[in-house]
Amino acid sequence: MVSLTEYLMLAAFLFGLGIAGIILNRKNLIVLLMSIELILLSVNTNFIAFSYFLNNFSGQVFVFFVLTVAAAEAAVGLSILVVLYRKRHTIEVDNLDALKG
Amino acid sequence: MLTPLQIIFYVFAAIAVGSAVAVITARNPVRSVLSLVVTFFAMAGIWMMLRAEFLSLILLLVYVGAVMTLFLFVVMMLNITRETKQDGFVRYLPFGIILVVLMCGLMLVVVGPHYFGIAQMPAPAPEAANYSNIQHLGELLFTDYVFAFEVAGALLLAAIIAAITLTHRGPMKRKVQNPADQIAVRPEDRVRLVKMGGRA
Repeated sequence: MVSLTEYLMLAAFLFGLGIAGIILNRKNLIVLLMSIELILLSVNTNFIAFSYFLNNFSGQVFVFFVLTVAAAEAAVGLSILVVLYRKRHTIEVDNLDALKG
Repeated sequence: MLTPLQIIFYVFAAIAVGSAVAVITARNPVRSVLSLVVTFFAMAGIWMMLRAEFLSLILLLVYVGAVMTLFLFVVMMLNITRETKQDGFVRYLPFGIILVVLMCGLMLVVVGPHYFGIAQMPAPAPEAANYSNIQHLGELLFTDYVFAFEVAGALLLAAIIAAITLTHRGPMKRKVQNPADQIAVRPEDRVRLVKMGGRA
């Protein structure tokens, strides 16, 4: 049998890769959004693994809502991206420093 | 000795981690999106092993079928043709690696087999043959979590309206004739008679 710790380790690796994508990527805002999707995927995997091993279904319900919110977030994020590209003609992260953040 | 279930798990895990690395290292954003699709497929397999059949299929249908298609549409519509040099990639690579190794190491220590091994957390007994994951999930969703379910519907509606409002451009300006202006035109506006000072 595959133990819980293996699922959690896989999710931890995916989470780390998502964080790495956010840190390393300075050129493309779309890849940034995809890194966020990776992080959400790893968190959802954690939820489902615990839901299975603790025999508690609330985790799966939570994953359902996380997927809903993530889909809404992707839609709004991409539409902001399209508006940004129309105005600035770039989606490079380094050029988007109007807020001096 | 690896059981068949473990072999399946490790194959899916290797595919997921490998394609996740490709997502953040690929230069072409289209390749990033396609790698993320592969990651989603592998993780859907893993979720299927965890008996979350409904969510696994939702991940494939909604995420791969709709959200990643949206990503792909946007990537291709923006038409980022010039391949920018990833100078930031090399500059931030040491910092990123240190941070990720620290974070992953911490998480691996926490979730290690000391607390979450098969002895501490034994897998539950397999369900009966007529067990339905969707039925169980639906019963929970429409009784205990029905308010959250309705709120999720309202949230999706708000997201639709927000996305359309943000990207809507309004009617394009067209060149149309205005008959009133055409009738009201006077010869003096169009033709200028110039008296040339000549002999005669």
